[in-house]
Amino acid sequence: MVDERELETASPFSVGKPPARPDQEPGFAAWPWSPTDLTRPDPTTCKSEDTDAHAHGLVRVLGDDDLADGEWNPSLDDETLLEGLGWMLRLRIFDERMMKMQRTGKLSFYMRSFGEECIAIAQTMALETQDWIFPTYRQPGAQFVRGRSMISMINHCIGNIEDNVKGRQMPVHYTWKEGRFISVSSPVGTQFSQAVGVAMASAYKGLDEATITWIGDGASAEGDYHYAINFASTFKPPVILCVVNNQWAISTHANLATGGRNFAARGLPYGIPCLRVDGNDFLALYSATKWARERISAGLGPTHMEIYTYRAGAHSSSDDPSVYRHAEEFKFWPGGDPIERLKNHCIKKGIWSEDKHEKLAELLDEEVMAAYKEAVKFGDLANGPYPPASTIFTEVYEEVPWHIQEQREELGK
Amino acid sequence: MTEMNMIQALNSAIDDRLSNDENVVVFGEDVGFFGGVFRVTDGLQKKHGAHRVFDAPLAEGGFAAMAFGMGINGLRPVMEIQFADYIFPAYDQIVNEMAKVRHRSGGEFTCPVTVRTPAGGGIRGGHHHSQSPEAQFTHTPGLKVVYCSTPRNAKGLLTSAVECNDPVIFFEPKRCYRGPFYGDPHNVPTWKGHPDAEVPEGHYSIPLEEANLVMEGNDCTVIAWGTMVHVCKQAIEDSGVSCDLLDLQTLVPWDRDAVVNSAKKTGRVVVVHEAPKTSGFGGEMVASIQERCFYHLEAPIERVTGWDTPFPHTTEWDYMPSPVRITEAIRRTQEV
Repeated sequence: MVDERELETASPFSVGKPPARPDQEPGFAAWPWSPTDLTRPDPTTCKSEDTDAHAHGLVRVLGDDDLADGEWNPSLDDETLLEGLGWMLRLRIFDERMMKMQRTGKLSFYMRSFGEECIAIAQTMALETQDWIFPTYRQPGAQFVRGRSMISMINHCIGNIEDNVKGRQMPVHYTWKEGRFISVSSPVGTQFSQAVGVAMASAYKGLDEATITWIGDGASAEGDYHYAINFASTFKPPVILCVVNNQWAISTHANLATGGRNFAARGLPYGIPCLRVDGNDFLALYSATKWARERISAGLGPTHMEIYTYRAGAHSSSDDPSVYRHAEEFKFWPGGDPIERLKNHCIKKGIWSEDKHEKLAELLDEEVMAAYKEAVKFGDLANGPYPPASTIFTEVYEEVPWHIQEQREELGK
Repeated sequence: MTEMNMIQALNSAIDDRLSNDENVVVFGEDVGFFGGVFRVTDGLQKKHGAHRVFDAPLAEGGFAAMAFGMGINGLRPVMEIQFADYIFPAYDQIVNEMAKVRHRSGGEFTCPVTVRTPAGGGIRGGHHHSQSPEAQFTHTPGLKVVYCSTPRNAKGLLTSAVECNDPVIFFEPKRCYRGPFYGDPHNVPTWKGHPDAEVPEGHYSIPLEEANLVMEGNDCTVIAWGTMVHVCKQAIEDSGVSCDLLDLQTLVPWDRDAVVNSAKKTGRVVVVHEAPKTSGFGGEMVASIQERCFYHLEAPIERVTGWDTPFPHTTEWDYMPSPVRITEAIRRTQEV
């Protein structure tokens, strides 16, 4: 019997391996990066080659001492800090409740943002309200920032008659045009190159709109990722291209997606400025996204970003990560927990306390429960009522063609 | 014989091929250490090594191209597309490359790749974990297209697919991985005790041109593949009509003699698939049967299929052909 770990020399070709498997102590090297490492180049003059250090280092603001430091410190006011903390905590509590409901059959499936709450929230807060969000299933938090009602989100997840996508998509595959939050598609990767098109349309119309999109470390192997950086390089549209390197694509470690560790630097040979950002550092993400937005406002086009983070939870409710990674691996992640880090920062600043945090968590839990109770009044997946079966046949085309009309009549619902 | 579910039967077929043909390599998303999201390749990396069973980067087009390259250079790749819905980034490699290289190279190069992929609905998978895209491959000359339905034929057909010197698209009805499905989502048995869960150990193959006569009768021929074989069995029992039930197993090349002989015998035919109706493989069946059996037919041929719409999430039981719809179609053929 040959184990993958014994094959380093025996294998005729290299097969990437994760740092640890379930029976091994997870070891992550201590981070060599500190908040004062990197300069913040002027976004309105910065060229791709000026970001070599930023692509190979790590943009951080919150240090290991939970204090903000360095040129990337966005110096946010207290209100903004607490707003970000609140959204992140709300998302975590929301996710926990939805996961419990999934276990009782009220949802068919669920995906948490656990450990990655910071990403969509900090980045959406740093953008303008007219900017387009082109998400994967791991950025639902952007909707909180844009003001989507929690009840409306739950209605979608439990597939009831108020689901705005009419029970057609799996849970967490949100669509919300009002918040400029584009429809999530299961084939991860497709959105990345499509976002370039969204941004080009904004440019074509002469509008001050940016588009932000994300792709996972795993899906970055898809052609879509490479189309996107090539087209962004060619047309220089107002797009922010973010690779969320959360280490794991279901069971496939990022080492297998790159053969190495760095995604950020992939944009350099395309002539796109590149940043590698601590994905669990609210301030760093906020600041890096603002920087990219300033470039867009100055008409300079795309930024490529690697968001360095860790998928703390399972890929989805269908996944059991303890089969392929150490059950406690997240505890060893040098980037810590994004909520804890911002909380500790706020406490150190004297604007927050453990007690306030606990009380907020209780309030949010009540809010989630109240929203959930309200949503199930419109039905849930276990008990119905569902959107009517007629919704199978509508909106396939602008108008229902005769052959689909015939099939609808055949079903008789 | 050992009792296996479909996952174990597929695993057994791959294990046998890995053990007995050093040119067989297995790859796809999560198939290595983890053993696949449906666990079909569970334990095979440990047994055969990480250079023979390994994870590929998440790029279906990329590893289909890699399979093509390995195939024309003497290996026998067995690649997994995690869900059939995700096969389309590989479509160019499969349709324009794998399917045509034998012909375009004057027979100098061949591409013995097996593309395994879970397909079909019934798991609340919505648009992108439920489709059954067999017709998108039956319409491509150069590909063999297989759709298993039980543990026994899963093993027999997969063995033949891997041994085949042509590229084979091998659909696995994920709804039936752990048990047959008779159309009632509230009553889902396992394979335990099912006669087709008795699977031979070691090498076991079923030719890629043979339909399986699941039920034998006189008054109607029901043709199906994948999950629908079991749904049709239920429908036939509900209808009270004496039917031949043909599990096509291999769609290209399909079993001409089995289909033609049965259609001529009963004079009445119902074709069932869960993929959409328009340009579905049912259309090919209907056209071929009328070409070959026209003067034997006693009633219009019926098709019961998924609707010409995307596959829904919450309302999937209104989408998938149900025993009720199939029973009605069988009865209509008797009324003429």
